[in-house]
Amino acid sequence: MAPLLRIEDLRTQFFTSRGVVHAVDGVSLHVDEGETLGIVGESGCGKTMTALSILRLVPDPGRIVSGHIWFRDRDVVAMDHERIREFRGNDVAMIFQDPMTSLNPVTRVGSQIQEAMTAHERFSAHDATARVVPLLRRVRIPAAERRTQDYPHQFSGGMRQRAMIAMGLANEPSLLIADEPTTALDVTVQAQIIQLLRQLNRELGTAIMLITHNMALVASLCSRIVVMYAGRVVEEGPAEQIFRSPQHPYTWSLLRSVPRVDAARQQRLVSIAGLPPDLVRLPPGCKFHPRCAFRVDRCSEEEPPLGEVASRQVARCWVLMRNVPEEAEGRLQGAVASIEAARELKEAVDGG
Amino acid sequence: MAVEARAGSAPEQVLDPVILRVEDVYKYFPVAGIGGEVVRAVDGVSLEVRRGETLGLVGESGCGKSTLARVITQLHTATAGRVIFEGADLTRMGGSRLRQVRRQVQMIFQDPYASLDPRMTVGDIIAEPIDNFGVARGRARHKRIQELLRLVGLNPNFNNRYPHEFSGGQRQRIGIARALAPNPSLIVCDEPVSALDVSIQAQIINLLQDLQREFHLTYLFIAHDLAVVRHLSDRVAVMYLGKVVEVADRTDIYEAPQHPYTRALLSSIPVPDPVVEQAREPIPLKGEIPSPVNPPSGCRFHPRCPIARAPGICSEVEPLLEGHGRASQVAACHFAGSEI
Repeated sequence: MAPLLRIEDLRTQFFTSRGVVHAVDGVSLHVDEGETLGIVGESGCGKTMTALSILRLVPDPGRIVSGHIWFRDRDVVAMDHERIREFRGNDVAMIFQDPMTSLNPVTRVGSQIQEAMTAHERFSAHDATARVVPLLRRVRIPAAERRTQDYPHQFSGGMRQRAMIAMGLANEPSLLIADEPTTALDVTVQAQIIQLLRQLNRELGTAIMLITHNMALVASLCSRIVVMYAGRVVEEGPAEQIFRSPQHPYTWSLLRSVPRVDAARQQRLVSIAGLPPDLVRLPPGCKFHPRCAFRVDRCSEEEPPLGEVASRQVARCWVLMRNVPEEAEGRLQGAVASIEAARELKEAVDGG
Repeated sequence: MAVEARAGSAPEQVLDPVILRVEDVYKYFPVAGIGGEVVRAVDGVSLEVRRGETLGLVGESGCGKSTLARVITQLHTATAGRVIFEGADLTRMGGSRLRQVRRQVQMIFQDPYASLDPRMTVGDIIAEPIDNFGVARGRARHKRIQELLRLVGLNPNFNNRYPHEFSGGQRQRIGIARALAPNPSLIVCDEPVSALDVSIQAQIINLLQDLQREFHLTYLFIAHDLAVVRHLSDRVAVMYLGKVVEVADRTDIYEAPQHPYTRALLSSIPVPDPVVEQAREPIPLKGEIPSPVNPPSGCRFHPRCPIARAPGICSEVEPLLEGHGRASQVAACHFAGSEI
């Protein structure tokens, strides 16, 4: 079956006074009908810009400079304004980290959800009105009839995110993009929202693209994972494989840089040295090589392609973690703070 | 272990194993515009922090953990109660004595962007506590600044730069250097890593651990991320709606939580393992956190609690923090440890 969405060599750039920011730098990925895909990476890795490119919502001074975004058989990049308006919401909807900034504070929640439907002319005004309460029920908002009359500020953070999800689902899109949907929420509320997304995916068959920095959330919701770094995909594969046997040193390090709530005794966390690269002046070769503990000479000279490393799993690395001896992994557990400096300081303090 | 290390440097002195005692502290804020109503941000909290340990303080937004941190560091004045640091009550102290104690109690803030003055150089930011507390002058002062920068993993020659020239993780390092500058014994860390990217979080967590070991620091570590708290803490206190509901050693609270809120909280946290995730079932909580203006009667958690007897004892009688479960554990629940 052809994928629902297929991104081909997408490049989205920002033209700033500092130079060209290569926010999305040759991304290819796909989303199947009804699947749950996680896009993982840290700030500035290009995950949000990839999502905004899909909806053609890249803010100024950025634009898509090349590549294709195939949705079924249509290229989103080539759509005119009329078509893109229809496409947004009807085919692909997006929810954001902070629901308060996406909701109109002076319009009742029910009216906003209704407007999301009438704007797209998929439902008549009458049908749209009738659909509001069932939609709020579908996202498990208690006392849905009464809450349609509330303003967004009367909703808690979790309820607002539910209302946003209801709005996103209003026109029955085939793909829901959720960009850090729980980052602003408390853990108990986060658990409820993730559970809701899982249920909606099962009940409605809506494909979900979860964009997050949180590896645990991806493990909780997604069947497939794309790891991004410096505007490109560095690893991709089925969730269980990526977590069990990550091959890119960046994926491997990310998984060991977060403590686990279920782990009794923990080793020192792996910390990735340095900072992500400047997207205006990307390093030569592999973009991760300046921070990589396992690099070889070739890494600084030639950028590796996304190569198959296992069945359905690809990674962009010349070395691959399976070729790294265990002793070498230990290198990453070393001290970060300068203990030598600490001793000197202590002597200075004790002495004076 | 920490006590032994301390004893090495001052063998003749017997130190109180408890460095900080919070005794029945209240902090109420008046609600703007409404006569007489108050937000009960901290509503009767007692805690002990032991010398050399890390006490993790966890809870969701609005539980009062950050307000408590600010009462401990005297950024807020307590409405009632005592904050006893090294045997002296900070709430009754003023002037030069408070200044001397304050040197010992420093704070690291959540937002590395908002907590550094953008018009000051990094050197001046770090020097501020050095000057305020008269730690060093002249060349010694300059040397101290450079040492502190090196200690937190920054280039010592960056002292003339401004905060905007640094990344979030580097700014948090500057905040840590500033906290270390007056050679404190207790550092209150209020969500020090939650604004940072994961790879940078690990750098800061490792740095905090290294510094603790090297300087025998005591940390009160406030966070909503229970995985980070488990990693760093020796003991953990859980707050809900202005009250402490459970305290225990790290292992005990994570392996055998007694309060239903602690259990719900722990069950909500995803782990980076799809196999574990398939089996994990979060304990659902009813409704949402009530307003701290009118907290529920009896046990504050009872309207959301999966095992509450209400109407009944849970809605009528406020439970006290009492021993339940393992030896290190106290929980404020009439039915602590019961099946959910």
